Amino acid sequence: MAEVKYNAPVTNPESAPFWEAARRGKFLIKRCTACGEPHYFPRSICPFCFSDKTEWEEASGEATVYTYSIMRKSPTGPYAIAYVTLKEGPSLQTNIVDCDLDKIRIGQKVKVVWKPTDGAPLPFFTAV
Amino acid sequence: MCGHNRFPLAARNISALAKACLTVQKNARARTPAENELTIKGKAYIAGIYEHPTRHAPDKSTAQLHAEVAKGAIEDAGLTKDDIDGYFCAGDAPGGLWPMVDYLGLNTKKLRHVDSTETGGCSYLIHLGHAAEAIAAGKCSIALVTLAGKPRTGAMPPRAAGAELDFESAYGATTHNAYGMCAMRHMHDYGTTSEQLAWIKVAASHHAQYNPHAMLKEVVTVEDVLNSPMIADPLHRMDCCVVTDGGGAMIVTTEEIARSLKKPLVRLIGHGEAMKGPRGGKDLDLTYSAGVWSGPRAFEEAGVTPKDIKYASIYDSFTITVLMQLEDLGFCKKGEGGKFVADGNLISGFGKLPFNTDGGGLCSNHPVNRGGMTKILEAVRQLRGEAHPKVQVPNCDLAIAHGTGGLLGVRHAASTCILERV
Repeated sequence: MAEVKYNAPVTNPESAPFWEAARRGKFLIKRCTACGEPHYFPRSICPFCFSDKTEWEEASGEATVYTYSIMRKSPTGPYAIAYVTLKEGPSLQTNIVDCDLDKIRIGQKVKVVWKPTDGAPLPFFTAV
Repeated sequence: MCGHNRFPLAARNISALAKACLTVQKNARARTPAENELTIKGKAYIAGIYEHPTRHAPDKSTAQLHAEVAKGAIEDAGLTKDDIDGYFCAGDAPGGLWPMVDYLGLNTKKLRHVDSTETGGCSYLIHLGHAAEAIAAGKCSIALVTLAGKPRTGAMPPRAAGAELDFESAYGATTHNAYGMCAMRHMHDYGTTSEQLAWIKVAASHHAQYNPHAMLKEVVTVEDVLNSPMIADPLHRMDCCVVTDGGGAMIVTTEEIARSLKKPLVRLIGHGEAMKGPRGGKDLDLTYSAGVWSGPRAFEEAGVTPKDIKYASIYDSFTITVLMQLEDLGFCKKGEGGKFVADGNLISGFGKLPFNTDGGGLCSNHPVNRGGMTKILEAVRQLRGEAHPKVQVPNCDLAIAHGTGGLLGVRHAASTCILERV
């Protein structure tokens, strides 16, 4: 999908700090200081305990593949959609990029990589 | 309350309390159980059904298809348009409630209850439950539910995104790969195989051969499915449902009105609805659906178990959808769906659980990319004894219609309806 041009994130007041950090290559998650649970994508109110005591936290960018599927019918060529589980806990939807798609396996270690847009870059994951 | 003994009571008061309890019990015996319970059990009847015979309608408008299926269901019930006092539609209805009510020419002096709950393909199963609630509460007495659209003629407009927009839209989740991710993890966790999934399509094709309106009437084999092109690993083309234009409609009414009409009596005795999503990414598990919650809610209300079910309409956007939902509804244990669906167990007249005897979404019809309505319609046909003789389940008096809407691998809703022939 090297030729794919991604739309810039729209962003909003709630998510702006994530995208500002993304421009500096930092991958942020949110953690609730009331219940201690991290979550992604980021919300101002904790989706678990509903506390407003959520704080930004830089994640390691390390993850493992929870599941994936190679989309074979696509005008821009095959691509791998996946859920990866961050070292910090939360799982998130992404694409596995810049590697041999046929070698992707559940449990495989991956790390975050950024793809440019006309605005903030978007997080993807690639084989370690 | 009668067993309340927290405070010592004088003998006289105990006597008065006992007397009051007896009065309540006496009154309770005078009422039917259904009247005493906060339940929709047995309070709504499906009196009219219609499935549009078309599978490709480039020469019709979407609103027109809604009108045609509405007309079909109203006539099947033996009613008229002006009898309708409740109307239900979902995201496929052009413009939503206001334009549809006006376009159809519903009697607005009479129309007193509307509902546009939108949960994708299972919207119509939820509408059935909500119509029963409205009927039980006296908010309407003859409800019309319509579904129609033309995805085969032209692409459907994209769904509106939620708060996840910036964090997911770039990754190209489609129905195919979102369900592919469920299948991939199910195979990983439980050893489910492509051969087992293929049996679901094989069973659907055995049924579709008898449906003159089915888009795909050819009986296929497990090998045919495995040899069809890979679309989104591990799902092959034949693991996917058809894309069809068309639609369907139903009339939901009271017992009194249903008994005054001529059709066999089919009523809703249990309904459940539920939702599931990644919810912040904690404990992600794509091997089960919201059916694990909607199913038990419906079975409990109906007072029956999966073992009692004679016929099952199970949402079949993909083969994996059927397998996961059968597990979630309790037809087999989690992880044993592969063994359950294999070797023709879903084929009417052969297997233990006849499913989707019209050919389902996998072979017959998946109008507007939404299979919930057709799941109800075939269940009603089975309960009426109006299914094709080759697939009619003998003495079919209890059926389930279950569906999901949205993307099983991302965010979705589920709804379960238990239907009974009276």
